[in-house]
Amino acid sequence: MARIDLANVRHAYGRNPQADSDYALRHVNQAFENGGAYALLGPSGCGKTSVLNIISGLVQPSQGRVRFDGEDVTDLSTEKRNIAQVFQFPVIYDSMTVRENLAFPLRNRGVKRAEANRRVDEVLEMIGLKSRADRKARGLTADDKQKISLGRGLVRSDVNAILFDEPLTVIDPQMKWELRAQLKELHRRFGYTMIYVTHDQTEALTFADSVVVMYEGQIVQVGSPEDLFERPSHTFVGHFIGSPGMNVIPTTLDGAHVRVGEYVAPLPGLPRLRGEPKLEIGVRPEYVRMGAEGIPVQITQVEDLGRIRIVRAVAEGHVIAAVLREGDEIPADPHITIDPKGLNLYADSWRVDFSGDRK
Amino acid sequence: MKPVNQKAWFLVLPVLLLVAISAVIPLMTVVNYSVQDTFGNNQFFWAGTSWYEKVLHSERFWNALLRDLMFSAIILAIEIPLGVIVALAMPRKGWGVAVCLVLMALPLLIPWNVVGTIWQVFSREDIGLLGGALKGMGVDYNAVQDPVDAWVTLIVMDVWHWTSLVTLLAYAGLVSIPDAYYQAARIDGASGWSVFRFIQLPKMARVLTIAVLLRFMDSFMIFAEPFVVTGGGPGNTTTFMSIDLENLRASNELGQGAAMSLIYFLIILLFSWIFYAVMTREDAPRPDKAPDKTGGAP
Repeated sequence: MARIDLANVRHAYGRNPQADSDYALRHVNQAFENGGAYALLGPSGCGKTSVLNIISGLVQPSQGRVRFDGEDVTDLSTEKRNIAQVFQFPVIYDSMTVRENLAFPLRNRGVKRAEANRRVDEVLEMIGLKSRADRKARGLTADDKQKISLGRGLVRSDVNAILFDEPLTVIDPQMKWELRAQLKELHRRFGYTMIYVTHDQTEALTFADSVVVMYEGQIVQVGSPEDLFERPSHTFVGHFIGSPGMNVIPTTLDGAHVRVGEYVAPLPGLPRLRGEPKLEIGVRPEYVRMGAEGIPVQITQVEDLGRIRIVRAVAEGHVIAAVLREGDEIPADPHITIDPKGLNLYADSWRVDFSGDRK
Repeated sequence: MKPVNQKAWFLVLPVLLLVAISAVIPLMTVVNYSVQDTFGNNQFFWAGTSWYEKVLHSERFWNALLRDLMFSAIILAIEIPLGVIVALAMPRKGWGVAVCLVLMALPLLIPWNVVGTIWQVFSREDIGLLGGALKGMGVDYNAVQDPVDAWVTLIVMDVWHWTSLVTLLAYAGLVSIPDAYYQAARIDGASGWSVFRFIQLPKMARVLTIAVLLRFMDSFMIFAEPFVVTGGGPGNTTTFMSIDLENLRASNELGQGAAMSLIYFLIILLFSWIFYAVMTREDAPRPDKAPDKTGGAP
C-alpha cells in the first residue's frame, strides 16, 4: 500500500507535441492518499486511462514524475511497481484453472509454493470463487472472469495500489451492483489504495470517497460526491454530474447581486474578479423553484419520473431544467426563482469562490 | 397446432444439386468402378471386394501410404513451428505489416505445378541455380537419382511454398489478442516465454488447428510437386499414393485405382476427423458449466 503522487505529469502520444492540444494529459498534479478509494471520472478521451497507465507504468509520461510513498518510480517497470490493474475486458489465462490463474503472478515472482497456495486460498475466499477453484477459467461467466483478473492483483500481499479501468463494462447490470459492493467491501476490510476509472457518474459517486473529474486532459475538480454536486468548480463538472445536469445561464453582475433579465438574486459576498470574464450562474435543477414570481418561463416538456418531475422550460431564451418534488404544483403562469443555497457564480467557466462563507 | 408446410425443403434443392453434381455423383462413379471389372468394350462384370483385397494386400500400397504419412509428419513438424516463429517476428503495426503480408502471400499465389517446375529447374545440377551452386561447392546433390536428395528437395519445396499459409493464419490469431492481455502479463510479471505459452499459444490454438488440418490434407494428397520434380523416383522412393494412383490410371487399372482412391479418401477423412477431435477436445461444452455470455473480448 502506498501514497501515489503525480507531479507535473504531461503526456503526449504523438512524437513532437507543440500546442496544448497535442497532449493527451496537459498538466496533472495529483496525490492519491494511502488507502483511499478514488474514482477518475470523465468523458471518453479525457485522459483518465492515460493517468491510470502512467501510474501502473504501462505508459511512460512525456514529462513529470510518479512517486510511490515519496520514492520516484517513473523509470521503474510495471512489474517492479507492484501494481494490480483490472482492465475493461476480463483478462484470464485460458489454458489455466482458476487456481493457476491466481497463482501465476506469484509463480512469476518466485514465491514459494506453500506460501503461494496459502495466498491463493485467501484470495479465493475473498472473491468468492472457492467452489470453482479447479475449473478451467475459460468456461466462467464474464463477472467471474473479472473477479479472477482482480484476484490476480490481490494475491500479491504487497501491492501498492489496485487500479480499475472501467472494470464493469462487460458485466450484466444486476451483477454490477454486486461486484461494486464487493469492491467496496474489499476496500473497507483491507484498506487497499484503489483508483477506479469510469465514465459513469453513478459508479464513480457510489464507489469513491474522492472523485477526480477530468476534462480534456486536465483535472478540473477533486472532491467528495457532495462537493461535486453542490459546488462544481467548473461548468463542465456541473454538466457532467447530476441528471439532468446543472443549469448554466449567462448573467451580469450588479454589486453583490446577479441579474438575469429582470430577476436579481443575492450573492454571498462581493466577488473579486480579474479583468472582464464571461459570467454565468450555475444552478442545479434541484434548486430551481417554480412559482408565481421570478423569471417568466415557457414550459416545453415535463418528464414524470414518479417521485419527481423534471420540467424543461425556456427562460430569457435559455433552456432550464427544474426538479419538482411530489406535491409541487406547476402554476398556470409559471415563473422560476433560484434557491440562494444552490447558486454558484462562474467566471470563464471556473467557479468563483466566496472564501469563508461557503466552504 | 401450427400448420405444417414442407415446401421449405425446396429451398435446399440448389445446394443438394450442387453437392450431387460436384461430389456425390463422381464419388458414386468411383464406387461403381471399384466393385467391377472390365475387359474393355464397355463391358463390366461384378467383382465384389476383390479390388479392395488386392489393394490392401499389396506392399506397394502400404509403402506409398507410409511415404505419405512420413512426408506429412515431416512437413508439419517443420512448417507449424516455423510459421509461428515467423508470425511472432512480423511487425504488428506500421508500414512493415503490408510489406510482410504481401511477401508472405506471394508463394501461395503460385500454382502447384509451377512451383514444381520452378524447383525442378532450380535443382538441376546442369542449369539450376541451386543444383549448380551445390555442385560448385562440392556437394554431391542430385534430386533425380539420390532418394535422400529427392526427399530433401520435396520437403524444402513444400516448406517454401506453404509455411506462409501457417504464418498468415498464426499472424491472424496473434493480432486478434487485445493489448490488455499483454498489459496484464506485464503487471503479473510474466516472462516472454510465459506470454507465448499462456497467452499467444492458447489464442492461436484455433487457427493452428485449421493450419494443421489444411497442411495435413494438402501434404497427404501431394501430387504435382513430386510428379514434376522427381516423377515418383528414384525407383519409387517418392511414389506417394497420388502418384501411384496416377500410375494405375495411366495403365488403365480402373478397378484397382478406384478401390485405392476410396481407401485413400477414407484415410484422409479418418485422419482429419482424428485431428479435429483431438484439437477441439478442450472446447467441448461440459454439461455443468454456465454459458459464457460475453465470450471475452470482442
